[in-house]
Amino acid sequence: MAEKTVRLKIKRQLNAESSPFWEEFEIPHGPSMNVISCLVAIQEHPVTRSGKKTTAVAWECSCLEEVCGACTMIINGMVRQACSALVDNIDQPIVLEPMTKFPVVRDLVVDRQRMFDNLKKVQAWVPVDGSFDMGPGPKLEESERAVHYELSKCMTCGCCLEVCPQFEKGNDFMGAQIISQVRLFNFHPTGAALKEDRLHSVMGKGGVAECGNAQNCVEACPKEIPLTTSIAEVGRQVTLQVMKDWFRK
Amino acid sequence: METVKDNSFFYRRLHSLLGIIPLGLFILEHFFTNSFAIHGATVFNDKIDFFASLPYLIVIELLFIFIPLLVHGIYGLYIVYTGQANQLQYGYFRNWMYLIQRVTGVILLFYIGWHVWTTRLSALFYGKEVSFDMMHKMLASPVVFWWMVVGVVCVSFHFANGLWSFSIVWGITIGPKAQKRMGYITMGLFVILAVVGVKALLAF
Repeated sequence: MAEKTVRLKIKRQLNAESSPFWEEFEIPHGPSMNVISCLVAIQEHPVTRSGKKTTAVAWECSCLEEVCGACTMIINGMVRQACSALVDNIDQPIVLEPMTKFPVVRDLVVDRQRMFDNLKKVQAWVPVDGSFDMGPGPKLEESERAVHYELSKCMTCGCCLEVCPQFEKGNDFMGAQIISQVRLFNFHPTGAALKEDRLHSVMGKGGVAECGNAQNCVEACPKEIPLTTSIAEVGRQVTLQVMKDWFRK
Repeated sequence: METVKDNSFFYRRLHSLLGIIPLGLFILEHFFTNSFAIHGATVFNDKIDFFASLPYLIVIELLFIFIPLLVHGIYGLYIVYTGQANQLQYGYFRNWMYLIQRVTGVILLFYIGWHVWTTRLSALFYGKEVSFDMMHKMLASPVVFWWMVVGVVCVSFHFANGLWSFSIVWGITIGPKAQKRMGYITMGLFVILAVVGVKALLAF
């Protein structure tokens, strides 16, 4: 009997400027394999299915437990993390493609800088830097903490942006990930100090108003973050902010 | 690092508001008034005469119908242009609704353009009489009848589903349960409006 194998079809691209091409691989099947271990096997023996020698496929990964988001790619047409994509649970050939909404660096590696730039734009942090000890922060109610925790699970993987029909390479839309972080930090007792600044940021170009309510984000989020609730909540905060700006200033 | 300040937020929210006030309210009034056709030509023509006799009619039409229609339609077309459909890859229910909202919107640009011309502007410019009889003659053509059924169904959907997203945009329905409930209510509204609209067409 022939040895059990895993077949993969990978969309490759040697650098940011070159055109993509497909290569097929067939590697020995092992127990409890995930897509990352397949890529490791290809790296060790970079030969295509037809026996042609090739370069190792480039990818990114770090935590290997679906909390860092680095290995996000499109697997069998669905954006997800390669570490939690178990070979025995998915169809073969396993088709791997880089995310389409971010510029490709090489093979499966994309540049997701835009997400981090947007986090800076909306000041997605708690402002506690100072020259003296400010003491302990205010305590949170348990019910609030539970919501905070859900929102803080965001790992900036970009799945919500990949599936969003309004988030494109060429536009400015920030997307669900950013809007949800605005909600998280506006909601934080100390983070709320920057609430108006954040709301004004998401009222600018690429802000919350550009959401088209297709709600793919909440379906795709691997951490099951209530992204559409965040969008509506920030929508409400922005509505109230507009009233404040128009009638109280 | 700062976001660029521009008017896109204002236009987006204006687009959203105009879809409900005044356009949505006008659709309700328009469908209701047209339903008087069920009671025959005299009753319907009386209603037309009533509206034709309204003081400041042109101002009302311009301010509450014509200009909002233009702004909502043109900016809506721009919104369609900013999106990229991906239903084949991600065929979630809401994603399909997103696409249908845009498709009906584009159909309605053509439909309403034609409708405003045939039943209002041609009367204004060429003195063509708008009456029960005129509608009766127009709808005798199966092409016109089915085209108007398409228009009625599209506008019913676009308004009802637009009300659903309006509720999210302005922060009225926040959680998934509230949004789902609103989904049932607005789809109910869609069916009711479509039935009322088609019944009015059949009355001519």
